Amino acid sequence: MSLDKDQVQHIAVLARLHLADDEFAETVQKLSRIVDFVDQLVAAPTDDVVPMAHPVNQAQRLRPDRVSEPNDREHLQQNAAETSDGLYLVPKVIE
Amino acid sequence: MTALHLQTLTELKAGLEKGDFTSVELTTALLERIGSLGPDLNAFISVLGDNALAQAAAADAARAAGNAGVLCGLPIVHKDIFCMRDVLTTCGSRMLENFVAPYDATVVERLAEAGAVVLGKANMDEFAMGSSNETSYFGPVHNPWDHARSPGGSSGGSAAAVAARLSPAATATDTGGSIRQPAALTNTVGFKPTYGRVSRYGMIAFASSLDQAGIITRSAEDAALLLGVMSGFDERDSTSVDVPVPDYLAGLGGSLNGLRVGIVRQHFDAGLDEQCAAAVKAALAELEAAGATLTEVDLPNLDYCVPTYYVVAPAECSSNLSRFDGVRFGYRASEPKDLNDLYCRSRGEGFGAEVKRRIMTGTYVLSAGYYDAYYLKAQKVRQLITDDFQRAFESVDVIAGPTTPTPAFKLGDKTDDPITMYLNDIYTIGANLAGLPAMSTPCGMVDDLPVGLHLVGPHWAEGRLLQIAHQYQQLTDWHKQAPEAYT
Amino acid sequence: MSRNWEVVIGLEIHTQLATKSKIFSGAATAYGAAPNTQACLVDLGYPGTLPVLNEEVVRMATKFGLAVNAEIARRSVFARKNYFYPDLPKGYQISQYELPIVGEGELFIEDADGKQKRIGITRAHLEEDAGKSIHEGLDRHSGIDLNRAGTPLLEIVSEPDLRSAQEAVAYMRKIHSIVRYLEISDGNMQEGSFRCDANVSVRPRGQEKLGTRAELKNLNSFRFVEKAINYEVERQIEILEDGGEVVQETRLYDSDKDETRSMRSKEEANDYRYFPDPDLLPVEIDEEYIAAVRATLPELPAAKQQRFIEQYSIKPEDADILTTSRALADYFETAAGATDGKAQVVANWVIGELTGALNKESLEIEQSPVSPEALAQLVSRISDDTISGKIAKEVFEAMWRGEGSADAIIEAKGLRQITDNSAIEAIVDQVIAANPGQAAEYRAGKDKLIGFFVGQVMKETQGKANPGAVNKLLKDKLSG
Repeated sequence: MSLDKDQVQHIAVLARLHLADDEFAETVQKLSRIVDFVDQLVAAPTDDVVPMAHPVNQAQRLRPDRVSEPNDREHLQQNAAETSDGLYLVPKVIE
Repeated sequence: MTALHLQTLTELKAGLEKGDFTSVELTTALLERIGSLGPDLNAFISVLGDNALAQAAAADAARAAGNAGVLCGLPIVHKDIFCMRDVLTTCGSRMLENFVAPYDATVVERLAEAGAVVLGKANMDEFAMGSSNETSYFGPVHNPWDHARSPGGSSGGSAAAVAARLSPAATATDTGGSIRQPAALTNTVGFKPTYGRVSRYGMIAFASSLDQAGIITRSAEDAALLLGVMSGFDERDSTSVDVPVPDYLAGLGGSLNGLRVGIVRQHFDAGLDEQCAAAVKAALAELEAAGATLTEVDLPNLDYCVPTYYVVAPAECSSNLSRFDGVRFGYRASEPKDLNDLYCRSRGEGFGAEVKRRIMTGTYVLSAGYYDAYYLKAQKVRQLITDDFQRAFESVDVIAGPTTPTPAFKLGDKTDDPITMYLNDIYTIGANLAGLPAMSTPCGMVDDLPVGLHLVGPHWAEGRLLQIAHQYQQLTDWHKQAPEAYT
Repeated sequence: MSRNWEVVIGLEIHTQLATKSKIFSGAATAYGAAPNTQACLVDLGYPGTLPVLNEEVVRMATKFGLAVNAEIARRSVFARKNYFYPDLPKGYQISQYELPIVGEGELFIEDADGKQKRIGITRAHLEEDAGKSIHEGLDRHSGIDLNRAGTPLLEIVSEPDLRSAQEAVAYMRKIHSIVRYLEISDGNMQEGSFRCDANVSVRPRGQEKLGTRAELKNLNSFRFVEKAINYEVERQIEILEDGGEVVQETRLYDSDKDETRSMRSKEEANDYRYFPDPDLLPVEIDEEYIAAVRATLPELPAAKQQRFIEQYSIKPEDADILTTSRALADYFETAAGATDGKAQVVANWVIGELTGALNKESLEIEQSPVSPEALAQLVSRISDDTISGKIAKEVFEAMWRGEGSADAIIEAKGLRQITDNSAIEAIVDQVIAANPGQAAEYRAGKDKLIGFFVGQVMKETQGKANPGAVNKLLKDKLSG
């Protein structure tokens, strides 16, 4: 196993994913398999190669500063599980 | 008259124009066919009966009024990854099981403006992550050629619907081969344009720098017709490129004489099924006979395509899918005890195993201490792969080879080991990494299962690829073969 | 504060850019709208939506960069900062990481000795603001308002060059003044348009290595910046002097209790996994663009201050105050230009009476009921001896109440100074005659009593006598 349980647990916390116990064991195994597989990239000759972030080789286009989106709150909140007075609700956040 | 469901989009267009039948008649016929044959294939997540009939009636009225658009009254299916206003848009996930999109994707909008009628939303691998359609929350799609087999993925529903003559065409998306692989496995034509050719706006993102919308049809001509409508600059997508859209239909003619076809030797190495290899070689010989020259080209970093992809795609997906947190839309776990619990359980319960695996992989390769070794390294290798293609296209017009290593595999065959599944996309992934246009066209049969010929061109060579495929389809009739139960 | 410790401060100032629409969407940015009525598909992170960059934010960032002598990046890149928080709809913030739009720059503040001190600016980058969480009145819930999500921010990061809370405030005021001069931000601190985080550490004087720092979050007034830093410095020194160690952490300033406290919730497992945003392409800026933006730059506070000192011969500290905002500087220039070489008197009036009156009624200079031309007329009446400085204050108050111009008020109230020496002389004689005892004392050498006599004369004339003339006459008569 290239990844141990603690590493996988840490990743699950970062990714905010709850994994059931059996799922967790399988994830450790399959994730290790994937990591081992992509490890072969180490051998690729990339000295002096500029990383490629994107297949499009052009500059960002700019949008005029214009308000084009009217209020559509009622429509957009129809997909929300819980709202109140226009606010999206989540369990109380404690600072 | 040929039964309506057996006609290509181009033939149906001519029929509608001549008044042989109306769009309502056509739509009704196809909806009935979907009703009777669809459930066994599980190709649809939603069938939009009333909606489709209303669109068909409107199309007939528009035609009567002399306002027929290019696709007026022609039925299509949308992969359920495209947002369609006020219509359920699930992306094949429990996470979006009840998600009603509040807006239209640009692709949906353009096809609607041209008069297309939407029969339904096609099943797919969850969030387009999969090569067999088995990761869909709504169950796997069955291959019309053999129900025990996978139609491929992630656009398996789109491919199956077209192959089974339930729809003449379907939209699809391709991040690593998700249009071309299912097309090859179902004997349909699958086209993935150059990155930036078709707007990604409204197409639920998997890996933003690789995703590209395209189509699955039964002929290159139909692909040309649809691609002309879908393509073009969109100001809502920063990665959309403002390059004029040629008249693809007008460019289909002309001979293959002088065409320079590149062959990659590694494509025919051990991984490729021998019978598939024979079918592909026969297709290459056909091209040669039509005047093309075959040249070997070298893609030295080809073996790195799949591992590079499985760093870049999960990295982008891990971030793209963070928005699914149970707050504004999507699945929300019941009675969360605190905010963290809301996040972890909504995501843990809403996403399926493969999606979670990719989110985890992506989170890992971007995390502190691993970024350089994985993500940055993969970005560099991606550049090498892109350079390889660019060099190859200095001496050839197109690279041809197999679309998949084997014909359709059995459902359940490759679900145990993710790597076995990932290697299915070994021939197709390069085009996504380099942003190149590519397509698959039917080129043979192995034990009654279809084989696809893969064509990759340089940037913006959509027209050339369509012309090659169209000319090839004039010389062969592989693309006309239908699964027996669906003729 | 102990003399044995050196304080090291760096500021990260977040300034909202005054665009009409958001940085990546066409939703409005107006403050105070009903919850989520200015949060469109893109701001809510709806599946399938994509960001497109607002051209105005690029122009504004460029303007700022040029104003602080910074290098403008010909190519800058947006990256994703990944973390989960309810006010962050996409689960990542689009920001700039490795390649910000504005590179190293500088500005100058006055240190405690009144000397010019250079403060380095590390960088300034563009990013989107987050929404707001509302914790009160929702029972076991927090409510999320995403109107602010996607509002453009320019984050200006300083070098750790600041050595006291006072310097930090001076630096922050300079930046505040610059962004308002450039009209790239309204700088409204109550509305959160201009806020800052402070990285604070202390080290033994003479030590090169920096001490462990604490990051103080969300300081939204100059006063809080000063108080929070002072509190934090004391806290750290106390820990160190007790032999303890400062923990690197994020701390929140509580203005009610005037203390900072640890925000451990923000700390846990922070790994932002920055990577280039694949939905956006690199921003490219060429020389021509930079030259065009440069041509639109207004005169900036430092240059204006220098010019005021030279052109109007006013005190440097007054020039500093008068150039805090463009509007104040313009007011001063208009008023000073309308008087005949009385710029320093105008400066005194603007900084003194006028600013006092404005503050009392919480008005901005633009809302002043006394126009610069009107103030200039008042100042002219002092300099041409029509009225005394003291009477002028009375006239100013009347002007403030809207009773008319200085001339009209002087006329209507009969406030014109008595310049007729014979008239004053008569009153002087009368006063001396009425106070023989004091007159004798004065003559015996008690010079201070001159003030008493002046006061008596002014009283008799209701302040209208020219004080200089009164003084001279009294001295002549008393010594005579």
